[in-house]
Amino acid sequence: MGYNVPNSLTDALAFLAQSDVKIIAGGTDLVPSLGDQAAKVNLLDVSRLTELRTIRHDKTGWRIGAAARWTEVLKADLPTCFDGLKLAAREIGSRQIQNSGTVAGNLCNASPAADGVPPLLALNAQVELSSVNGVRMLPLADFITGVREIDLRGNEIVTAVFVPHHPQNAHGHFLKLGARKYLVISIAMVSSLVWKDSQQRIAGAHVAVGSCSAIALRLPGLEAALLGMTYDELAKDTRIWGEHLDVLSPISDIRGSGEFRLDVAQELCKRSVLASLKSIGFSNG
Amino acid sequence: MDKTVIQHPVAFKLNGADVTTHAWSGERLSETLRERLGQRDVKIGCSAGDCGACTVLVDGAPVCACLTATQQAQGLSVETLIGLVNNDRTAIRLTNTFQNKGAAQCGICTPGMIVTSVALLRENHAPTTKQVEEALGGVLCRCTGYRKIIDAVLEAAQDQDLIHEKYTGEVGSSIRRLDGLAKVNGCEKFSDDIAPPGTLTVRAVRSPFAHAAFSFGDLDAFVARTPGIEAVLTAADVPGKNCFGVIPNFADQPVFAETESRFRGEAVAAIVGDPDLMRTFDMASLPMEWTELPSVQTVSKAMATDAPLLHDGRAGNVMCGGFVKCGDADVALKRADFTVKGSFRSGFVEHAYIEPEAGYATFEDGKVEIHACTQAPVMDREAMEIILGWDPSKIRIIPTAVGGGFGSKLDISLQPLIALGAIKTGKPVRMTYSRTESMQSTTKRHPSEISLEIGATSDGRICGFDFYGTFNTGAYASWGPTVANRVPVHASGPYSISDYRAESKGIHTHCPPSGAFRGFGVPQSAIAQETLFDELAEKLGIDALEFRILNAIQDNESTVCGQVFTQGVGIKACLEALQTAWHRERANVEAFNNASVEAGSPTRLGVGVAAGWYGCGNTSLPNPSTIKAGIRIDGTVVLHQGAMDVGQGADTVIAQIFAQALGVPVSQLELVGADTDITPDAGKTSASRQTFVTGNAAKLSGQSMRRQILKRYNASEHATLTISAGEIEISDQNQNHTIDLRNMPVDSEGYVILSSETYDPPTKPLDENGQGEPYAQFGYAAHLVVVEVDTKLGSVKALRFTAAHDVGRAINPLLVEGQVQGGIAQGLGMALMEEYLPGRTENLHDYLIPTSGDIPSIDTIIIENPDIHGPYGAKGLGEHVLIPTAPAILNAIYDACSVRIRQVPATPNVLMSALKGK
Repeated sequence: MGYNVPNSLTDALAFLAQSDVKIIAGGTDLVPSLGDQAAKVNLLDVSRLTELRTIRHDKTGWRIGAAARWTEVLKADLPTCFDGLKLAAREIGSRQIQNSGTVAGNLCNASPAADGVPPLLALNAQVELSSVNGVRMLPLADFITGVREIDLRGNEIVTAVFVPHHPQNAHGHFLKLGARKYLVISIAMVSSLVWKDSQQRIAGAHVAVGSCSAIALRLPGLEAALLGMTYDELAKDTRIWGEHLDVLSPISDIRGSGEFRLDVAQELCKRSVLASLKSIGFSNG
Repeated sequence: MDKTVIQHPVAFKLNGADVTTHAWSGERLSETLRERLGQRDVKIGCSAGDCGACTVLVDGAPVCACLTATQQAQGLSVETLIGLVNNDRTAIRLTNTFQNKGAAQCGICTPGMIVTSVALLRENHAPTTKQVEEALGGVLCRCTGYRKIIDAVLEAAQDQDLIHEKYTGEVGSSIRRLDGLAKVNGCEKFSDDIAPPGTLTVRAVRSPFAHAAFSFGDLDAFVARTPGIEAVLTAADVPGKNCFGVIPNFADQPVFAETESRFRGEAVAAIVGDPDLMRTFDMASLPMEWTELPSVQTVSKAMATDAPLLHDGRAGNVMCGGFVKCGDADVALKRADFTVKGSFRSGFVEHAYIEPEAGYATFEDGKVEIHACTQAPVMDREAMEIILGWDPSKIRIIPTAVGGGFGSKLDISLQPLIALGAIKTGKPVRMTYSRTESMQSTTKRHPSEISLEIGATSDGRICGFDFYGTFNTGAYASWGPTVANRVPVHASGPYSISDYRAESKGIHTHCPPSGAFRGFGVPQSAIAQETLFDELAEKLGIDALEFRILNAIQDNESTVCGQVFTQGVGIKACLEALQTAWHRERANVEAFNNASVEAGSPTRLGVGVAAGWYGCGNTSLPNPSTIKAGIRIDGTVVLHQGAMDVGQGADTVIAQIFAQALGVPVSQLELVGADTDITPDAGKTSASRQTFVTGNAAKLSGQSMRRQILKRYNASEHATLTISAGEIEISDQNQNHTIDLRNMPVDSEGYVILSSETYDPPTKPLDENGQGEPYAQFGYAAHLVVVEVDTKLGSVKALRFTAAHDVGRAINPLLVEGQVQGGIAQGLGMALMEEYLPGRTENLHDYLIPTSGDIPSIDTIIIENPDIHGPYGAKGLGEHVLIPTAPAILNAIYDACSVRIRQVPATPNVLMSALKGK
């Protein structure tokens, strides 16, 4: 079975359409999965396709090429709504992993603990899927369908992650609890994206929680409850953070019990939203 | 689609040179570099991106070679440590600062550390400490505690000339490791770096169940019909006894289980074959049947009346016990004004050295040679004598560099498998454990369940101490008896306690064998004792540190074993050395917490102390070391240094002691390492005995050699020696004499002067109440730690340590600091994050060890209270360094948030549950 490096996306899609193929980008998930054996199917290496590496924007939003490395996300000049994604990028494995691993790879691996997912959910990211038949866009929440399960057809490849524009003063944040400082799988994590109106009240809030359900989830109830609140009101509020976690269904495993995960999620939601608010400051309102 | 398939070969730049190589589709770059391109400076620790040892630069960016497909390097530049050291100024600076700071101990993580650091310093010429910590976050080190590595990177970033002074290496000087250069320039040969590419590979067939019966089909027919398979090894291939164990009376472990496996991961057979075939070989295709049997994996289940017995003759699954009694604990506890008691538990702890076990064996002319990582080469040979039923002259153990041991590499692992493979096939064979295989099958720290009651009178004196502990010793004895014996001797801690009872039991379960791990059970018992001491001090209303000082054992006081040391007892000095930091930190903590409460912040600080002691060497058993040295005609002084250096620094310390005793600069010595054919037995690297026991042998050997030289001219003790090519000049009170080496008879090894001396520490047996003289010396330690607790998340971060250690005499203070910092890192891991669960945490992302961001700065205070038995007063240190760490952290957690944690690891979940239940 061959190791295939297409020269163009067109070539890649044509190859995908005609044979049983595994796509390799950064390799950080795929290479260890081979288990010291030659791949039993053709590998298609998309990491050299420059059209898949670029991060750019137009009037509709930002397009992060599927094969962009996490290090490239970290170094990109992005608006503050991406701050949460950048914080998550620094937590994805280690420097070594960030230098290889790609944004789309993190999504396609579909781990419930994928650090990249909550911030992209909070950003209302869409996944761009391409095949010889054309392009379809899927909200990220629909793309990941379960633990290690994604809605990717046999002839498709993720070509980009699309993030619509957010208000200029929208600030993202990301927090993760693990049992050590670096290179750690999270017990729970939260990403938030918040913007304010001129009265310093929350005009929009997106909050996503990871590692507390099969798929990382947004908390629509909390997001609605946050609207109109100020930093000071929220800092004092003891109830709002715990009242909207019903959608989560954390498991108990070696890293923590389900009950503990809910406690942590609640606290991280509070801290993340407040941190987002704080970083907006008062001048941008 | 033509032009898009990378067919063989793949071409890229390797360390500046164009290379082309074959690689199968998706082959790991680490495999290609090591096995196809000979780049063995790229180390493999996990093959999963969890340890970073295999870090290389691809187009300048550090990546894990184990997660990179070789084809991804097509047309790019790949740099490894050896290439960088040859070409890159930053890398060269790092090799110097790593040596100056003692940043490489065993050296297995060093290539990954330096390569990663080069990338950082190319991008950021003046990084902050935090930035270095973050950059190195993906490379695990199990020896150093990271701080010296971080210091070395920071120093390399400074644009000033590095001074490396010439040194004589006298006792007390912080010289660089003598074996350090190879560790930083990529040339060190670890256990997987010996076998030539293409060597036949051995793979073990391991039990998938904790307890199972099995039977084989026709293995001969299987070998005959499977091209590339050379042999299958089973118990039937063991020519001697299919049994080994480090303690002869308890030897119970088979090389290959015969009909039943007793733990998940136990070897039942091994397959030898062509390396390409073995890599892809489906182990399930071996003709054999498994039947899972009921298992007991906890002490309570194993002690139940209907529990299956693991070994005949060990009723109730009790392997053995230990007992120490003095005075009357029951009466004293009744008399006490205050008592405290508690139950404590700890889990399996994995050694998690970054080098998985590997080895290479040859069989030629009736002699088998085993090149493998080990802490105890002569014990390995003794085990192989029994397994093979052969004369020792037919067995040679040639240890490789050891990429971390911490106790687990005292036991044999793959040695018999590769020896039998080489013998059966008549060809050289190699074997490399996968990370999972290493974690499943090698020894662990004993899980413990301890109940303890301690009393005190109102004047603050301990009054009664009653300890009972069970230790899950797993399927086989290994060092379990040592743990059972050591714990009751040490459970008092370094305190004067006259009414004492301590009982321990080692219990067999269907778990991996528990064996030796830094401290042999003492870290577990210290958690119970030192945290209850804090509770007792609180009840008494006495400062926790003053309470310890008040009860600290002193010269001429009796230990709980009735042993009286008239000198050298240094615990009080250690505790007193913490007083300044204790008072300062208590004030800091109080101020911080007041402000924190005021601000409504969930963060609290806490400060904790704990102490520990550890008897150096075997418990009431002989454990001699021999050091041999010779002078050649050309004036070379050759030191046969058989104490395995597993990173701790024996090669340097033993050489410093010898050189001092002989009276020559250490730089004049040529070291010959452990090798059972040419270097005498310096015993095992274990029980904090090498500096003490082998150090004494080195001192005696150096002195003996010096006497032989001086005697020739009846020169005085104060004479100075100058050894050069062909002669020794003796300069004695203005008189000079010259010994002409060229005229002296040369022995079979090429020496004209030879000395060989043995030291065995004086001990006396323990009676049925554990009374006697178990050790010739103890070492002492006290740690202070400040922690930050997040009371809403349950997370704990250590902010700084102060560690006081009485080492008698610091032969090499830099290495002392290295031991202290590395031990603290392991103690912190045990306290906060490490628990091995068979079947569940068999890799380095589910089993967590501290990273560069988890170990704070450590202020090491070296106390030198010399011991009469120690070489130049030196005491052992290797285990002492982690004994106080975990209880100090637990005490600090209580200080921060008023909850007593009585189990480790105190993960965020454990702490939050305790906080919620408060």
